[in-house]
Amino acid sequence: MIPELGQFTLIVALFVAIVQSVVPMVGAARGDRAWMEMARPAALAQFALVVTAFGALMACYITSDFSVLNVVQNSHTDKPLLYKISGVWGNHEGSMLLWVLILSGYGMAVSVFGGNLPPGLRARALSVQAMIACGFLLFILFTSNPFARVDPAPLNGDGLNPLLQDPGLAFHPPFLYLGYVGFSMAFSFAIAALIEGRVDAAWARWVRPWTLVAWCTLTLGIAMGSWWAYYTLGWGGWWYWDPVENASFMPWLAGTALLHSSIVVEKRDTLKAWTILLAIVTFSLSLLGTFLVRSGVLTSVHSFAADPSRGVFVLGLLVVVAGGSLTLFAIRGPGLKGGGLFTPLSREGSLLLNNVLMSTAAGTVLLGTLYPLFADALDMGKVSVGPPFFNAVFIPLMVPMVMTMAVGPLLSWKRGDLAGALGRLKVAGVLTVVVMVATWLLAGGSAGPLWAAGGLGLAAWLFLGSLTEWAERVRLFRAPPAETLERIFRLPRSAYGMLIAHASVAIIIAGITGSAAWTTEKIQVMHVGDVVSVAGYDLRLAGIQDNIPGPNYVSLRAHFSVTRNGSAVTELYPEKRMYRQPPRPTTDAAIHTNFIGDLYAVVGDPDGTGGFVTRVYFNPLVPWIFIGAVIMVIGGLVSLTDRRYRVGAPVRTARAAAAKGRA
Amino acid sequence: MMPKRWTTVLPLAVFAVLVAFFGWRLVLITRGDAPNMIPSVMIDKPAPGFDLPPLVLDRPGLKTADLGGKVTLINFFSSWCIPCRAEHPLLVDLMNQSMVQGKLLLVGIDYKDRPEDGRGWLSRLGNPYQAIAMDRDGRVGIDFGVYGVPESYLIDRQGRIRYKQVGPFTPDDIREKLLPLVAELNK
Repeated sequence: MIPELGQFTLIVALFVAIVQSVVPMVGAARGDRAWMEMARPAALAQFALVVTAFGALMACYITSDFSVLNVVQNSHTDKPLLYKISGVWGNHEGSMLLWVLILSGYGMAVSVFGGNLPPGLRARALSVQAMIACGFLLFILFTSNPFARVDPAPLNGDGLNPLLQDPGLAFHPPFLYLGYVGFSMAFSFAIAALIEGRVDAAWARWVRPWTLVAWCTLTLGIAMGSWWAYYTLGWGGWWYWDPVENASFMPWLAGTALLHSSIVVEKRDTLKAWTILLAIVTFSLSLLGTFLVRSGVLTSVHSFAADPSRGVFVLGLLVVVAGGSLTLFAIRGPGLKGGGLFTPLSREGSLLLNNVLMSTAAGTVLLGTLYPLFADALDMGKVSVGPPFFNAVFIPLMVPMVMTMAVGPLLSWKRGDLAGALGRLKVAGVLTVVVMVATWLLAGGSAGPLWAAGGLGLAAWLFLGSLTEWAERVRLFRAPPAETLERIFRLPRSAYGMLIAHASVAIIIAGITGSAAWTTEKIQVMHVGDVVSVAGYDLRLAGIQDNIPGPNYVSLRAHFSVTRNGSAVTELYPEKRMYRQPPRPTTDAAIHTNFIGDLYAVVGDPDGTGGFVTRVYFNPLVPWIFIGAVIMVIGGLVSLTDRRYRVGAPVRTARAAAAKGRA
Repeated sequence: MMPKRWTTVLPLAVFAVLVAFFGWRLVLITRGDAPNMIPSVMIDKPAPGFDLPPLVLDRPGLKTADLGGKVTLINFFSSWCIPCRAEHPLLVDLMNQSMVQGKLLLVGIDYKDRPEDGRGWLSRLGNPYQAIAMDRDGRVGIDFGVYGVPESYLIDRQGRIRYKQVGPFTPDDIREKLLPLVAELNK
């Protein structure tokens, strides 16, 4: 009964979406207010229907209803409740349903919070949202029905891939999707603006908070995935340039560019066509990621549902969405007149440089991800694109970007004074050189990798440069303390958001440099009582316990007593788990962090003579990567609470009223 | 600053090219050619000559002379390759199946990898390989025509390459392609 209810509400949701995509659009074209207003209740109804469907599927999972095929294939009565719930989206059908749920959630948010949007823009944007929803609902109903039944119902299910049974990964997909789908808002508004033929500061102000929300959640989602890879894949790495990781990284890069170019539209009324294009490209890259993962065109550990018929459908959807919007852009783009002129050396100029480098980076990742496909098609022979390619092209793009990130905010709009900006960065520059020299000396002079000094120098430059900009704005040590204090409180939240986000990039760069340059590892066979030393820590294998029962696995657990110079530091318990259903081994690394570095231990197979293969790592600065990502999200959230979004007077209406007053 | 007409058409053109590639690839996949569709010029030819050192102490390395006599599956993998991580448990399962016991030899080549990483990978995930060699610079991979990892080659009792798997094995590939072929080659 419950599955049928879910299916039924999905079908109704499809019809609501069809109405929502047609009526408001026609209404906006005709200027019919009532037809336009149709969009708001429709968006609410659609959300309620999809929530019901999603709830129905979740109920099937929680009650382990094995008459539902999807539950049989991805669940098991032994599974802890958390993974029964996360199992809902830990598979193709359920994750598509989650996608639609989030999409309709954003639609609802526009209809609830979009009270001050111009009715035409709101109607058109909601209509475009509904068109996307139509595509995905058709996709679910025709190719991936999560509510299909099996008869007779088996006694138990097949279980969820153990790699996915992890707290970090349980909430990774929802955040990722909040990001992917969140970019649909910028997309819908971009299409609405292209249809209206008008992009102005007010438009940018409405679009930016949605982009910020999407960007924050995507950042968090990517960080969670990376963190998961770090502690479960068990070899101390945190990013692998896997096609699916790239699929999430490309929209992030494009979205970051969009976030910056929309500032220029908002403040300076220029770069309009470019911003619209970025909004289209960002969401198209999100869809492309879905296509790559679902179609089996590229292989990856994440491709749990490679099915060509689905691939054809998603490609069709991609053609309609990206192809259609790019066609509209090709027709309407030339009409988007930019306002403010600026010289290359200005705030706009540096933001444009950021955009160019970010987009190039996104393009490079796209090229690297798809290269095996192109090489294959064009018969160019034997190529495997791995981390070496991405590192070789990505780093040279990021270095100039980070260098300008410290300078750009110090330049003024329209025409900046580069010499003046660099002059104000003198202290930061000197300290950067000190950091580089100190790194080089501490890393053992010539023995340490020279580029590591460069990496930490870059981080220091960005961090200090961002602080300098803040110090300039509050006139630290220049003005009387009272004035500085007042400025500190009066500085807009968006300025703090930028400071925090830029500083977090510096922290992440330091983390990446540390992990790449100074990771130490030891691999050995150990017997109980043996001691291994890494980076000043002594790890004594205090014991090994086998056949420890977990909820749906048995584990082999090693116990390390960690000491440093004779004093106890911590106890580590790495595990090797064997899941019952499906029977797969996983590793669970034990990590001790002191926030400067991670001590990371993994236990492997017995060697047959009572010893066990163990791996211990010291990963310096790696925690900074994840801490930095969280700080970055905080920066985004701080910027989101900026006064102009909370009390944003609808500029366009005000201007229209003023025009009316004059006439 | 009005955008020029051609600059706004450019993104559409780029996208059209991308779609053409995807469509072509999907057509091949739907026909059932992929992901094994990359034509290997090596099919039905003898395996190239090579001699690689062992990766681990307790298993031998691999050279051309070792091939033949027994049906052998050569699996190119790497510790940095995530699809390999997904494929690995399937290979462990495969070698535990009674129907391949004595009929199939599984050997591994650790491709473009640091030996310590390769060893760590095996110690964590288990070692299903009877012989395991390291190909640090990927030279032997080039001779075989390896596009990327994982990739596997099935060698018959005469030492000729009979089947090439591009990308990770799926349970279906093993059931529907590999096992029937192993049975046939053992006749």
